[in-house]
Amino acid sequence: MDFLRPDSWEEALAAKAEHPTAVPIAGGTDVMVEINFDHRRPEYLLDLNRITELSEWEVGEKTVRLGASVPYTKIMENLRAELPGLALASHTVASPQIRNRGGVGGNLGTASPAGDAHPALLAADCEVEVESVRGSRRIPIDEFYTGVKRNALAPDELIRAVHIDKADGPQQYSKVGTRNAMVIAVCAFGLAVHPETRTVRTGIGSAAPTPVRAKEAEQFLNSALEEGGFWDNGKIITPSVAKQFADLCSAACNPIDDVRGTASYRRHAVGVMARRTLTWAWESYRGNAARTEGVA
Amino acid sequence: MRVNFTVNGRKQEADDVWEGESLLYVLRERLGLPGSKNACEQGECGSCTVRLDGVPVCSCLVAAGQAEGREVVTVEGLADFAKNRACGGHDGEGKGGACGTTLQEAQGWSAKGTDSQTGEGGELSPIQQAFIDAGAVQCGFCTPGLLVAADEMLERNANPSDADIREALSGNLCRCTGYEKIMDAVRLAAARQSETASSQGV
Ligand SMILES: Cc1cc2nc3c(=O)[nH]c(=O)nc-3n(C[C@H](O)[C@H](O)[C@H](O)COP(=O)(O)OP(=O)(O)OC[C@H]3O[C@@H](n4cnc5c(N)ncnc54)[C@H](O)[C@@H]3O)c2cc1C
Ligand code: FES
Ligand code: FES
Repeated sequence: MDFLRPDSWEEALAAKAEHPTAVPIAGGTDVMVEINFDHRRPEYLLDLNRITELSEWEVGEKTVRLGASVPYTKIMENLRAELPGLALASHTVASPQIRNRGGVGGNLGTASPAGDAHPALLAADCEVEVESVRGSRRIPIDEFYTGVKRNALAPDELIRAVHIDKADGPQQYSKVGTRNAMVIAVCAFGLAVHPETRTVRTGIGSAAPTPVRAKEAEQFLNSALEEGGFWDNGKIITPSVAKQFADLCSAACNPIDDVRGTASYRRHAVGVMARRTLTWAWESYRGNAARTEGVA
Repeated sequence: MRVNFTVNGRKQEADDVWEGESLLYVLRERLGLPGSKNACEQGECGSCTVRLDGVPVCSCLVAAGQAEGREVVTVEGLADFAKNRACGGHDGEGKGGACGTTLQEAQGWSAKGTDSQTGEGGELSPIQQAFIDAGAVQCGFCTPGLLVAADEMLERNANPSDADIREALSGNLCRCTGYEKIMDAVRLAAARQSETASSQGV
């Protein structure tokens, strides 16, 4: 094994081009487990820790540019207002020690259906900035997950940053597990209300081969909200609408039975989380709307 | 490969390190510092917790090469680390000079002192003393990781609520104590810390 230690992004791209089989290592919270247990013996480890820009973020007008290696702890501490869904999701990851090292770049690299960043990223909407010596491109999050633990990266590409839309409304994240810490999701659900576009987006974790959006549920909800004038009248969401939304979210799942839960439990739990997160998020949207009206 | 880094305030060099080796392995097997425990090697138990540039991490999940040029504090250096912090000394930035804990001291470090029950005579950090006083140590396997994690929380949060303590220690498993005595120990250390602070007019 060789340990490659690039000092800059350009050096890292060159190393990855020269050794496409090199395994990047950021926080190491996925990679080192595999090495410790002999599940993986890469020829090259490509350490990304020395590239400081990967641990930095920038808050722009419309988006946050989140460096691939920004640890979850920093997201929770610094980006709660801009990325509330991702901050909530980050807080559910493992333990403080793991959150101090692991980050979104590694979560995307592993692309596990159970990764907690994914539902939040899908709901908020974002683009993954990847680069190789051949050039840079931005992959829409909807096209990023290509199969079980597979993503759209080419062998010579590295993830540089994620450009995540700043929240324009309430966001929620919910996760089912056996305890509050150190739990891989049985299933998880992210939801983001986007008042600017008058849409609600979703993300489902651990209930299909890849993280997915519940697109039919979104379409149904978006037209129900529009038709009922909900965005303007700030009424509570009719229980029948919430139920239909929850059922369509369950239907968007394609889960399996495994040690963490059965397929039918997952489908059920996703429906419950969909209804709850919608209610929570809509309540705070209404609250804000009421307050703005009061001021005006 | 060779790894140069700072351990407990002193520069160290580890040789013949395999590229896939963890920081935990280097500390235990190459530097002779078995304080950090190896229980799961998969980030689940926290018994290998050390500070890496001040940040608590599972050393079993840090590749040794990633520690190059960085500062590590292990439980063996905790007493000295806490002392330096208390007298406003370094904040984890070991200067590699006279301060810090030498490898020899660290290797020979023992919580026994002259009295193995009370820890008297051995140099202990406040959190270590509190663990002994509260009876928070049974088999002791989880203790080093808990000490490092708890000490770091008290550095950030002088007046933690029970929820803060539980959250900060949620990555450290203990199979013996049922955690109640550990909670007592951290509360005790926090109370003593604020007494000292108020008596110093801080
Ligand atoms: C005890 C424990 C509990 C965990 N609990 C959770 C949990 O609750 N929720 C959750 O989502 N995850 C969990 N994980 C998994 C892990 O912590 C996350 O997936 C984390 O986001 C990985 O980030 P990292 O920086 O440590 O990745 P690494 O291990 O460094 O890398 C992960 C993968 O991504 C690739 N990679 C990393 N950076 C890049 C890059 N810039 N470009 C291209 N590829 C890259 C690596 O080659 C590797 O394939 C847990 C892990 C452990 C050990
Ligand atoms: S040995 Fe590192 S967390 Fe258990
Ligand atoms: S005292 Fe035995 S594991 Fe905690």
